[in-house]
Amino acid sequence: MVRNFPPDFVVRVDKEACINCLRCVRECPFGVHEYDKEKKKWKRHHEKCVACLRCAYMCPTQAISIERSPMEYSPHPVWTNRVRKDIKTQAETGSVILTAMGNELPYLNYFDHLVLDACQVTNPSIDPLREPMELRTYLGRKPEKVDLDEYDGVELKTKIAPNLKLETPIMFAHMSYGSISIEAQLSMARAAKEVGTYMGTGEGGMHRDLYPYADHIITQVASGRFAVHEEYLKRGAAIEIKIGQGAKPGIGGHLPGTKVTAEISETRMIPEGSDAISPAPHHDIYSIEDLSRLIYALKEATRYKKPVFVKIAAVHNVAPIAVGIIRAGADAVVLDGFRGGTGAAPQVHRDHHGIPIEVAIASVDQRLREEGIRHWGSIIASGGIRSSADVAKAIALGADAVYIGTAALIALGCTVCKKCYTGKCPWGIATQVPELRKRLNPDEGARRAANLLKAWSHELKEILGALGLNSIESLRGNRDRLRGVGLSDVDLEVLGVKPAGR
Amino acid sequence: MAATLEKARVSREGEFVVIDAKGMHYRELNELIVRVIEEGAKKLKLINVNGQRFIADGLRGEYYIEIYGVAGDDLAAFANGPTIVVYGDVQDGAGNTMNAGKIVVHGNGTDIIGHSMRGGKIFVRGHVGYRVGIHMKEYREQVPVLVVGGTAGDFLGEYMAGGRIIILGLERLETYPEIVGDWLATGIHGGAIYLRDTIEEDKLGYGAKFEELTDEDYAFLRREIEEFCSYFGGNAEEIMKAKFTKVVPLSHRPFAAMYSDSKEAGH
Ligand code: SF4
Ligand code: SF4
Repeated sequence: MVRNFPPDFVVRVDKEACINCLRCVRECPFGVHEYDKEKKKWKRHHEKCVACLRCAYMCPTQAISIERSPMEYSPHPVWTNRVRKDIKTQAETGSVILTAMGNELPYLNYFDHLVLDACQVTNPSIDPLREPMELRTYLGRKPEKVDLDEYDGVELKTKIAPNLKLETPIMFAHMSYGSISIEAQLSMARAAKEVGTYMGTGEGGMHRDLYPYADHIITQVASGRFAVHEEYLKRGAAIEIKIGQGAKPGIGGHLPGTKVTAEISETRMIPEGSDAISPAPHHDIYSIEDLSRLIYALKEATRYKKPVFVKIAAVHNVAPIAVGIIRAGADAVVLDGFRGGTGAAPQVHRDHHGIPIEVAIASVDQRLREEGIRHWGSIIASGGIRSSADVAKAIALGADAVYIGTAALIALGCTVCKKCYTGKCPWGIATQVPELRKRLNPDEGARRAANLLKAWSHELKEILGALGLNSIESLRGNRDRLRGVGLSDVDLEVLGVKPAGR
Repeated sequence: MAATLEKARVSREGEFVVIDAKGMHYRELNELIVRVIEEGAKKLKLINVNGQRFIADGLRGEYYIEIYGVAGDDLAAFANGPTIVVYGDVQDGAGNTMNAGKIVVHGNGTDIIGHSMRGGKIFVRGHVGYRVGIHMKEYREQVPVLVVGGTAGDFLGEYMAGGRIIILGLERLETYPEIVGDWLATGIHGGAIYLRDTIEEDKLGYGAKFEELTDEDYAFLRREIEEFCSYFGGNAEEIMKAKFTKVVPLSHRPFAAMYSDSKEAGH
C-alpha cells in the first residue's frame, strides 16, 4: 500500500551556503540528514524531522531552515491532519501511540483568562527596591496554635512538624534519572541549592553525584519502589509519594530495559537491561487508609524528621481526594494538572485525562478551608506553569508553591520537540547516550536554571509590589486579587473569582 | 515519654532488652525501640504486642528482635538488616520494600507480605493472604526469598521483577484448599515462583508460564526448605518428595511491543 502520510516538517537547505561539512548528519539524532559520499548526493528524510532545530543552530553556515510542511491533507475541521495521521500510524502498527511533554489539545487555559489586580491611588503599591519583599515559603504542616514560654525570654513550646524552607515558592519538578540525564539533574540540583529551593528526584532514585545537594532534594516513592531504600529516604529533605501524574493520570509507566544502563540500574537498584515497570496503583495502597499507612511507615522509617508529600494527578474528584490525603497525614498535597509534562506517555492519556491545574488548586484550597484543615498541609501545584504570572495566579488561587518541569527543561535548552521517550534528546536532556549528554554542560545548565528562578522571583516581587503586598503569604488564596476575563459564570464560581469589572 | 513509664516498660532478661508493649500506641513503642537501640541494645524482646504498626521500619543493622503477639501492618518496612522472629501473626505489608534482613513468622500473614522487597528473607509457617510478593525485585547479590508453609491468595507475585517465592501448601484452608489463588504472577518479568503442587494453567496471569525445574532449582529449594524446617520443625526430605511447579516470566520485557511512534513506524 502507498504510505500517503505527509511529513510534519520539511528541511530546507540553502545549497549555496552549504559547505558539505556533514555537521547536520552528526547533530540530528533522528537520522534526517543523509549524505552519500560516493554519489556526492544529499537525501533529507523529512518525515523523520521533529523540528528540534538542533541542526539549524549547529550548522556553521546557517544553511538549514526547518519549516512546516506545506503538503497537507485537504482541510477538514473534524478529520484534522493529526487525526488522520494517528489513524494511519495505528493502522500500520496496531499499537498505542507514545508521545511526550504535556497535553496538546486546545483546551481552555484558565491562566490566560485570569488577570491580577494592582494598586491605584487608594492603597499605594510598594516598591520592592525600597522595601523588603518576602517570598520565603514553608511547606508542611502548621500547628493549630503556637504556645510560647515567656518565663525567661521567649521560647517556642509548640512542637513544629518538619517543614521545607523555600526562599522562593518555585521548585523543580520530579524528573527521574533515566528519563533525563544526570547533567540535567545536576543543573537543577545546583540551581536549587543556590537559590534556596528544592528539586525532585522522580522515581529513578538519587544518583551519587547528587548527594552533595541532597538537602535540596525531595526523594520520590512511586509504585515501582525503585531505589526506595532506608538510606535514600533518610538522605533527602522530604519524601514524596507519587500516586499519579498529570500527563498520564491513572496509569503506570515503564522504562524499557533497553534504557536501563549500568548506571541507571545502580541508581534504581534493578538489574541492568530489565524493564522498570511502575504499576498503575501502588499495590499496597487501595484506599485512603492504606495511603495513610504508607505515609506513616515512611515517617516512622525516617523518625518523623522529613515532611511527606503525596502527589496526585488533578482529576474530577480532586477536592475530596486531596482532603483525604491531608487527613491521612500528608504534609503537603501535590496537584499535577493535565498540562503537566512527561518523558513518555500514551497520547490518549496525555490528551484526554485529568483536569486543569487552575480549577484543581481552587477547589482543593476551598475544600480544605471549609473543613478547617487548610493549615494541616500545603498545596503544591504543577502542570503547565510557564511564567512568574502563572506562579502568582496559582498562588492567588490557593497554592503554597509550584513545581516547574517543562519550563525548567526549556531553560536547559529543550525546544519541546516531544521526543523525550526515544531517549535521543537532541539537546542532551532526555537522554543517556554519552555523545548526546555532552550537549548539556551542567555548569551552564545550573546557571540558566538558577537564572530562571531568579528572574521569576524578581518578577514575583514586582507583582507583589504592584498588588501592595509585601509577602507571598498575603497572596496565597487571595482570590479577590484575581479577576476572570471571558470565563463563564460556572468557571468563575469554581475558581472562586469575580469577573473583571466587578 | 515519661521516664517512669519507660522504666516500667523496659526490663532486662539476659542479653535481651524486653519491652512490654501492652496498650502502647505504635508511635510510643517504636520510639522506645529506637531509644533502647541507640543506648546499645542488640537483642530485643517485645511482649504483649497487639497490632502495633511499623515496628522496625527503616531499621538499619543486624539487630535481633523477638515479637510476642500480633505484629501490625508494615512490620520491618524499608528495613535493612534486622532479624525479626514473630511468635504470632503478622498483618499487611510485613517486609514491605525491605532491603535486607529476615522475618520469621510462626503464625499466618495477611495481605501484601513482602511487597516490593529487594533483599532478605521471609518465612511464614502458616498461610498468607492476597497480593503477596507483588513487585518483588532483585539487585546484584540481593535476591529476596519468601517461603510460605501454607497457602497464598490471589495475585501472588504480580509484577514480580526478581526474587523467589516458595509456597509449600503443607497446611490447606478448608474453604479454599488450593495452594494458591487466581491471577498468579500477572505481569511477572523477573524471578520465579515455586509451588509444591500442580495447578491448572488458567491460574496463570498474563505474562507467566510454567517451566520445568532444574537440578539447581531443587538444590535451591532444599536449602530454603531446610531453613524453613529449622524454624518450624518438619522434615525437609519428606517435604521435597512432592511434585513442584515452577512459574516464570514469559518474557523479561512483557510490554515491549505495546507502543508505537509515528516516526518509527516509517511515517
Ligand atoms: S530532527 Fe532536529 S536535528 Fe534532525 S533535521 Fe529535524 S530539526 Fe534538524
Ligand atoms: S527534553 Fe529533549 S527530547 Fe524532550 S522535548 Fe525537550 S528537546 Fe525534545
